[in-house]
Amino acid sequence: MSMTADYLELSDVRVEFDGFRAVDGVSLTVLQGDLRFLIGPNGAGKTTLVDAITGLARAAGSIRFGRTELLGRKAHRIARLGVGRTFQTASVFEDLSVLQNLDIAAGAERGPVTMLRARGRTPERIDETLETVGLTAHRDLKAGTLSHGQKQWLEIGMLLVRDARVLLLDEPVAGMSGEERTRTGELLRRVGADRTVVVVEHDMDFMRSFADSVTVLHAGSVLSEGSVAEVQSDPRVQEVYLGTAPTDAANDSDEAVA
Amino acid sequence: MTPIVRRHGATLAGFAAVAVALFAVAPSVLSTFRLSLLGQFVCFAMVAVGIGLAWGRGGMLTLGQGVYFGLGAYVMAMHMKLDDAGPGGVPDFMQLYGNGEVPLWWEPFRSPVITLVAVAAIPAAVAFVLGWAIFRRGVRGAYFAILSQALAAAFAILLIGQQATTGGTNGLNGFRSFFGYDLFDPVNKRMLFFIASGALLLMLLAAWQLYRSRYGELLVAVRDQEQRVRFLGYDPALVKTVAYVIAAVMAGIGGALFVPIAGIVSPDDVGVVPSIGFLIGVAIGGRATLFGPALGALIVAWAETSLSESFPSMWTYFQGVLFVVVVAFLPRGFASVSALWRRRPTPATEPAPQRQEATV
Ligand SMILES: Nc1ncnc2c1ncn2[C@@H]1O[C@H](COP(=O)(O)OP(=O)(O)O)[C@@H](O)[C@H]1O
Ligand SMILES: [Mg+2]
Repeated sequence: MSMTADYLELSDVRVEFDGFRAVDGVSLTVLQGDLRFLIGPNGAGKTTLVDAITGLARAAGSIRFGRTELLGRKAHRIARLGVGRTFQTASVFEDLSVLQNLDIAAGAERGPVTMLRARGRTPERIDETLETVGLTAHRDLKAGTLSHGQKQWLEIGMLLVRDARVLLLDEPVAGMSGEERTRTGELLRRVGADRTVVVVEHDMDFMRSFADSVTVLHAGSVLSEGSVAEVQSDPRVQEVYLGTAPTDAANDSDEAVA
Repeated sequence: MTPIVRRHGATLAGFAAVAVALFAVAPSVLSTFRLSLLGQFVCFAMVAVGIGLAWGRGGMLTLGQGVYFGLGAYVMAMHMKLDDAGPGGVPDFMQLYGNGEVPLWWEPFRSPVITLVAVAAIPAAVAFVLGWAIFRRGVRGAYFAILSQALAAAFAILLIGQQATTGGTNGLNGFRSFFGYDLFDPVNKRMLFFIASGALLLMLLAAWQLYRSRYGELLVAVRDQEQRVRFLGYDPALVKTVAYVIAAVMAGIGGALFVPIAGIVSPDDVGVVPSIGFLIGVAIGGRATLFGPALGALIVAWAETSLSESFPSMWTYFQGVLFVVVVAFLPRGFASVSALWRRRPTPATEPAPQRQEATV
């Protein structure tokens, strides 16, 4: 691993679907240790942007992780470079146990001989990850039996266990209870300290509590960027979210947003 | 008890039961004719083990395994024809339908070694090229099923069209010996049954190891969430191709052993109908289980023979009804019936909370 900090740099990224520009010239830079939130109304292009970074959507422009250009690489190659993502709907392997889920996530570099043998002792990295995401007690349960929140933690664990350097999390706290949100936020703060993390989120309370910086996406373009306070006081952001620039912007609760 | 016995007691007992049934019970209760018949079914069961891997674990609806069964079978049949004709000799049917000369591409199969290698290598190579091309393009589900079935149809048509070199509709038959052993000798017939049974056991052991291995877990993961696996740094196309190739090799070996036991291979054994037949046995036995596919194939083949002996025209309907019943009511096959009995209470877990849409 390099001694210098990692960073993710997008410049003029565009994604088109049959002539419709879902992402229209997005440029942004995310530094290691800076917990970045990506917000914006439904259809703003947040998920599509994550798709572009991870090789799922064909994009133009440039997306670099450090010095490495990601655009044009296959999805599994980008993943191997250390870029990990989660999905809006939790997508763990429901038929496999928590342990098996993590073991698969940890093993993309295994050789054929290791692959053709059964797992012996649990690798240490997996035990540590189970501890980090709080699923040690559930390691032998089928992932399909976990609660929604636990599935999201397992997904995050699946990125940690292979030491992904970039984490792109698509609405990780949607559907979580208040307590689960807090635990997730704390988890993200802990693991985000030495990683480059982008959290796509709708929930303003959650964003206010945990974001270091915020990028607001609207109709495929960056509308505003800065600290939580800066973004919240930006009249253009208020306009997009509420139709007008309200006087009591600070009072808007999470259900009013997005 | 050693740990392996403690942890895998039921599976090991299953292997013991299969071994006793095939090596002790069947030879002592069945006539030579019936034993030969069972030997043919054992060869179908090998195809089924492969389908269990590719379809049951890997989610690839392999509707064209007759192709690989046929490749193995025809390779073996060509060797046996050449062997019967003697060194430099010309197989009988070629003198009848062809120009009395052995085509160049037949020549390598005079060699027993090349034949034995080719029985596995040719299905493997074809499956690799096709599988890689298909899975890399993300062809899945029904599209893959239709494609593989079209392949079986094309293969059968190709064979029928080449009467002078493949025997056409008649296929290849009238073999007298198998690597020097007289095929009319009952002792040798019995030996062939044991070879086939041994091969089936080995394939079941291989499947067991695969299912227990990390690769087996990864294959299930690819079946259920292909996209997710990709974003963990794996190439799902490669994972699937491996299973597809292994299934093809199993089918090829099954085909190769089928020929000396049945004494014939024809396009009827490799086309669309037998390909679907293989699949039905697997569906009925339980596609994702270890022993289910092989048992299902044996039972279906046995039922087909007995039923069509007494009611020749009924079998097709019966097979169709059975398939529909299994697919509709027992998607995991009859093997899931025993699982229902044994079902232990799962550890209590909270139900997943409803996804809150409050933030939209
Ligand atoms: N595969 C696709 N084909 C066509 N249009 C798409 C596709 N994926 C997303 N879109 C469109 O792109 C826009 C952005 O979608 P998305 O990135 O999912 O928004 P967000 O995640 O911000 O809610 C939407 O208008 C959506 O309808
Ligand atoms: Mg989205």
